[in-house]
Amino acid sequence: MKKLLEVKNLRVSFHSYSGEVEAVRGVSFHVNEGESVAIVGESGCGKSVTARTVMGLTQCPPGEIKEGSEIIFDGRDITKFSEKEWQRYRGGDCAIIFQDALAALNPTLTVGHQIEEKLKLHGIKDKKEAYSETVRLLTAVGIPNPEKRYKAYPHEFSGGMRQRIMIAIAIACNPGLLIADEPTTALDVTIQADIIDLIKELVKEHNTAVIMITHDLGVVADMAERIIVMYAGKVVEEGSSEDIFYKTKHPYTRALLNSVPRLDLDEEKELEFIEGAPPDMTDPPKGCAFAGRCPYCMEICTKEEPPCYEFNEGHTAHCWKYHEYAEGLFGEVEE
Amino acid sequence: MARLISEINKAALNRELFRRITREKVNQDIGPERTTWQNLKAVFLSNKAALCCLIILVIIIIASLCAPLSPYDPDEMDLVNKMAAPSAEHILGTDEMGRDELTRVLYGGRVSLLVGVLSMLVSVIVGVFLGTVSGYCGGKTDVILMRIVDMFQSVPSLLLIIVIYSIVPPTMTTLVFMLAMFSWPSVARIVRAQTLTVKERDYVLAAKTLGVSHHIIIIKHIIPNMTSQIIVAASLAIANAILDESTLSFLGYGVQLPKSSWGSMLQGAQQWMLYDPLLALVPGIFILLTVLCFNIIGDALQQALDPKLN
Amino acid sequence: MDRGEIKDKERTKDKEEVKDREKILEVKHLKKYFKQSGKSVLKAVDDVSFDVYKGETVGIVGESGCGKTTCARTCIGMYPATSGEVIYKGKDISKLRGAEKRSFTKEVQIIFQDPYSSLDPKMRVGDIICEGLRAHKMCKSKEEYNKRAVELLEMVGLNPEHANRYVHEFSGGQRQRIGIARALAVEPDFVVCDEPISALDVSIQAQIVNLLSKLKREKELTFMFIAHDLSMVKYVSDRIIVMYLGTIAEITDSKSLYSDPKHPYTKALLSAIPIPDPKVEKERERIKLQGELPSPTDPPKGCRFINRCKFAKEICAREMPQLREVEKGHSVACHLYDEQI
Repeated sequence: MKKLLEVKNLRVSFHSYSGEVEAVRGVSFHVNEGESVAIVGESGCGKSVTARTVMGLTQCPPGEIKEGSEIIFDGRDITKFSEKEWQRYRGGDCAIIFQDALAALNPTLTVGHQIEEKLKLHGIKDKKEAYSETVRLLTAVGIPNPEKRYKAYPHEFSGGMRQRIMIAIAIACNPGLLIADEPTTALDVTIQADIIDLIKELVKEHNTAVIMITHDLGVVADMAERIIVMYAGKVVEEGSSEDIFYKTKHPYTRALLNSVPRLDLDEEKELEFIEGAPPDMTDPPKGCAFAGRCPYCMEICTKEEPPCYEFNEGHTAHCWKYHEYAEGLFGEVEE
Repeated sequence: MARLISEINKAALNRELFRRITREKVNQDIGPERTTWQNLKAVFLSNKAALCCLIILVIIIIASLCAPLSPYDPDEMDLVNKMAAPSAEHILGTDEMGRDELTRVLYGGRVSLLVGVLSMLVSVIVGVFLGTVSGYCGGKTDVILMRIVDMFQSVPSLLLIIVIYSIVPPTMTTLVFMLAMFSWPSVARIVRAQTLTVKERDYVLAAKTLGVSHHIIIIKHIIPNMTSQIIVAASLAIANAILDESTLSFLGYGVQLPKSSWGSMLQGAQQWMLYDPLLALVPGIFILLTVLCFNIIGDALQQALDPKLN
Repeated sequence: MDRGEIKDKERTKDKEEVKDREKILEVKHLKKYFKQSGKSVLKAVDDVSFDVYKGETVGIVGESGCGKTTCARTCIGMYPATSGEVIYKGKDISKLRGAEKRSFTKEVQIIFQDPYSSLDPKMRVGDIICEGLRAHKMCKSKEEYNKRAVELLEMVGLNPEHANRYVHEFSGGQRQRIGIARALAVEPDFVVCDEPISALDVSIQAQIVNLLSKLKREKELTFMFIAHDLSMVKYVSDRIIVMYLGTIAEITDSKSLYSDPKHPYTKALLSAIPIPDPKVEKERERIKLQGELPSPTDPPKGCRFINRCKFAKEICAREMPQLREVEKGHSVACHLYDEQI
């Protein structure tokens, strides 16, 4: 399979009054053509910053993409793009769906106008063609009465419908990569399920690659082929959906999975929880960032950065637990 | 089964390091404490304009307070030396009666600043009280108070003050109240708008469910959460009061002779404007600097007192 | 005995059992309407009746706009009811006056959803926690207040040295702990938790839920737990009320809610909740809801769920289904179960 996007050693910092916030600290991953990848992590772990940097939406300053970071999309390094190339890339090659659709849509323009605008920017000049394409898109994302709703303003739609319109705008130019930044966090569960289904369907139809950013492992269980777990600006574990859910290797991923009660199981045990809070990113800890909250913490974890281990094809985790010297210390851990 | 795929510094490793350690105490670090005073310092140090203004204002205030130390009497005429140019003896020269200009400007500063600060205090106290009551109570109280505010704001204030001064004798006290009378409505309006948003916040609801009484909610929650707005309103009120006082004195309705204020000095200087522009320039610059400083410092204080911005 | 008689007998037996448990809160035909601009009236809560027993945790779930927060807030007197009664420990809360009213405000507390907006940014943490104590003059001296503040901070797992800090220095989870300490400071009996975890991170959510259930056990509290996250509600609650558009769709204990949901809306809601297990998730079949949530200013006549229900019958459009017990401790408001009664 061909790699569509490759991120190598991405480091992004933000400069604020209280010092430099190291939001992303050396993240590497890739997305194949037509593949669904999920980036999972808690707020402040750098997942959104990663996605926005890939989209070219990180404002510099206060942001700074550090030297040595590479983002290669379809063979071109996008960090070296000119403003014109950026315009073609954003929306044309790569599109994004935000969490808050109401804030992302212009309240003073009709939704039809906003979709057409996007089409015009990316090649469709003919008015009639743009109109019929817009109606087709509205139908595709499941808006009832598209001809009538074409003239409606964003506030006339419900939250779920607005998110559908965002999706229509995002897929308007058949992007190769779709980034969905917490697309369902602000929505109710029944609507969330509809939106996820819609994204899944559209992506399959057009063979679009997706990066799904979320904090909810449940949302991606069924959708993502590969899952990347981030913590404190770094990737801690990466693997196929099955690997992550059934052969969990990193203590953080395990804790994340166990801290959510399962609706389908009747268990009376206390919820497992992770003590403490994520570290302050203005002064990230030495060694493993999770060490202070990890039940398997060793001295080495607070001193040296954990190395990367591969367990089977594509399943990797950054943890000292799997070093030969640690063998036997955690006998109970392996299932 | 685990295969190492990243580089590792083997030299730094030994079995000793793979000792299990108990987790440190729950991560409760919340950073060092920053007091309001430290915030103020940080804001003024980072905001150079505000720092300059603060220094200038402090110099003006101290100089005004120290005015009696001047070797000259502000009212003593010395007709031999009238309209003297700046010299070593008279740093800013003398006026048309031969009085030392610097001494007069400093004495005038005492009056102008005092009138400004006092009328600001009166208008802020009245404005905050009526504004919070109006916003918090709502309903009829709100309607009545706000119509009164509208009334005050729709009257040409200078004209009315001049009319009132034909009945009331113009003294410092009446001047302060006169100026406050027309500046409290704008304070009240700002405060009321802010009260309306603060009273809907969850922490006010929480205080209500805890059984906290209304006056404590107003004192402890509502007023502290609009200090920044009140400070901006106050700095504007001081500046406006100094300007209005100058205008009134210039028109001859402010501070009465022989006492001088910046405004009355301007008035005295107007007939000599072409002959000796310095006479008008000196009080004018003092007014400009003071008003500008109060406005800029007000902005800086707002930034320092808002914890979310820090 | 024929079947009817057996059923009758079972029902009386159930009633006796229920009688043993003390009701702390009785809600009877509660309605709460909000007047909106123009003539429209928002029917946030429309004819809701339920009981809360002492020592249990009642969960209220439903999607945004279903009236769950309004219902809970009306129950504790934050909003005056439009009609209907809320009876707390045998007394109608709208008729409480003087000392009774003061003790009601002490016994009933709320933990807010947003740990950022529910704490006054201009107050020190110690003062926030002691606010209720001061309002009810529960301590005699300044030292005693400080001592209580230290105890309360320790109780919720915060460092007592931080009592004179301001809240903006704390993280979301720590702020929610402060909110909990404030609510529990006045030693309430009945606590409404209004989505206390939905604004927090996953790893922090479990901390807060565990803290709440620990405190509930220690202090013998009664909880009303509002959330839109069904899995967490199921985990913490004894009984669950499912609300839809201002009305109650179903009340049941938390176990049979998942194993045996009755109302078509509950079924759809449950099937929409993602399960963090790819194999289970792939096999599950989702019940899709047709159409959109109607506006609460103009709810459909008859059953509120009619425009999205696959099983809608002619009677559903005519008559609003009443909440009826179809099994022991399991009530549902749906015409599909008419014959079972």
